[in-house]
Amino acid sequence: MKPAFSVIFLTTLIGAAQGLFLALFTHQSYALFGLLPMQSDDFYGYGSAIAMALLGGGLFAAVFHLGKPIYMVTRAWRGMTQWRTSWLSRELIALPAFMGIVFLYGVSHLAGFRPVLVTLPSGQPIDLSFVLGVVGTLLAFTLFVCTAMIYACLRFLREWYSPLTVINYILMGGSSGFILAAFYAASAAPDQADFFAGWAIIITVLAFAGRAASLVRNARLKPKSTMQTAIGVKHPTIVQRSMGAMGGTFNTREYFHGKSIAFMRAIKPAFLIMAFVLPLALLALGLFSPALLGVAFVLQYVGLLAERWFFFAQANHPQNLYYQTIG
Amino acid sequence: MTQLALVIDLNVCVGCHACVTSCKEWNTSGSAGPLCDENPYGQDPTGTFFNRVQTFEIGQFPNSETLHFPKSCLHCEDPPCVPVCPTGASYKRKQDGIVLVDYDKCIGCKYCTWACPYGAREIDEKAKVMKKCTLCVDRIYDMSMPEADRKPSCVKACPTSARLFGDIHDPESAVSLAIREEGGYALMPEWGTQPANHYLPRRKMKMKIHMDELERADNPLKVDGHLPKPAKGASSMDDASAW
Repeated sequence: MKPAFSVIFLTTLIGAAQGLFLALFTHQSYALFGLLPMQSDDFYGYGSAIAMALLGGGLFAAVFHLGKPIYMVTRAWRGMTQWRTSWLSRELIALPAFMGIVFLYGVSHLAGFRPVLVTLPSGQPIDLSFVLGVVGTLLAFTLFVCTAMIYACLRFLREWYSPLTVINYILMGGSSGFILAAFYAASAAPDQADFFAGWAIIITVLAFAGRAASLVRNARLKPKSTMQTAIGVKHPTIVQRSMGAMGGTFNTREYFHGKSIAFMRAIKPAFLIMAFVLPLALLALGLFSPALLGVAFVLQYVGLLAERWFFFAQANHPQNLYYQTIG
Repeated sequence: MTQLALVIDLNVCVGCHACVTSCKEWNTSGSAGPLCDENPYGQDPTGTFFNRVQTFEIGQFPNSETLHFPKSCLHCEDPPCVPVCPTGASYKRKQDGIVLVDYDKCIGCKYCTWACPYGAREIDEKAKVMKKCTLCVDRIYDMSMPEADRKPSCVKACPTSARLFGDIHDPESAVSLAIREEGGYALMPEWGTQPANHYLPRRKMKMKIHMDELERADNPLKVDGHLPKPAKGASSMDDASAW
């Protein structure tokens, strides 16, 4: 498939935002039960603001995936109507819902509006921000699943048709968000940076394992559709002599990444190193030198852009069988 | 339930592209607006077509044969492009099984093209909405046309009648008969999309002539003349020798 940069930026930016929100609320949950010192409202509030900025960036990128940007105003609302069947429609509902909750979560902290709603039998007060955090957590995972299922539900794009797609979207978004949270905490609450960095290391290792597993799986895939099933002729030697068009068509532009085999071979180790190996090394060093956490986040983000590009480019669409030769 | 479809006889198709041009002509002139065509006479012509004729070489020279292969939307009975559409712009009509796109609802996200294994959908680069074969839905129900013309324009244009059009759910229709009796098959059956359009395979037209068929073994006129004529009213062995 031809990777669309709008979708590459959308999925990586909202992934980081979801991970960051999960990191912030994980900290608040730990603090509620006295496992960590509760931080000021500003810490959670401004952290949510960063997440909102990333989500806004993702939404902005998504506009360019529409046929015309104006469709965002005139037609995009229709995209929420087919949630019964379409994972894309579900994502279009889950994304604004998640953005709304992150916004309210941030406002609840920054405005100091945290009325206690329930008190647990063990004495912990459950306030409004905590309830919003729980809802936001559920929505963050819902959004991860919706985003990944857009790709994982297409049964003939076999590189994507796997539970690993969903697992990896969750793990890579989580890794990105927790590294950002560690960097944020290093400046906003330095004594808490190790908590986030520790979780970031664990999630990044898991994400590395998940992505490596999907690469191994994809390397072993054998195509189900062949020239024989595509045109229904049982003969071992079938060569296309003409695709029926003298110039390029939508079918030759949308489904081919147009890069050389050498480029595809080079980008795979490149993103594995940039998105997983180097960030892990920098996270370990970041336990001593917090500035490296920022480097880790930026470097990993670039690595994740490359990872997402490869994710799309690697998928081999069966329609390509019909579009091999201009003549 | 009706399921309109095309049945394409690969044994008859000569690859003349008349169906391609007539399809383009009809569908670029309709009330739904033109199908975009960029640099039609330039170096890199590109545009939206609903129908393409592709050519394949099967086998290796000299034991090879050419297959002309028209390809358009197959109007699958279980179309994977429809449920993925977030806006409901893609839909399958209940009354006749045609898969259509509502150009006023489409947001041009191209997700449906990812979900179609056949590459049957093409975005209109000018209108920025997804377009595809409509089975000439604006033709086949047009009561102002003579009944003989109420067929997709590709079917009307085909000089060799390689394209049949009809309801494949009606067992008595010409298309059902062709699928049943001429070995009609569907493309990429492995995905379970149940394409409504079918293809009739290339088949060798051979006639076996035995040596004894080359010269006449008997000569009834002459032989008849030598037969004894039984008398009237006499019993005979067969009708030929009887009166």
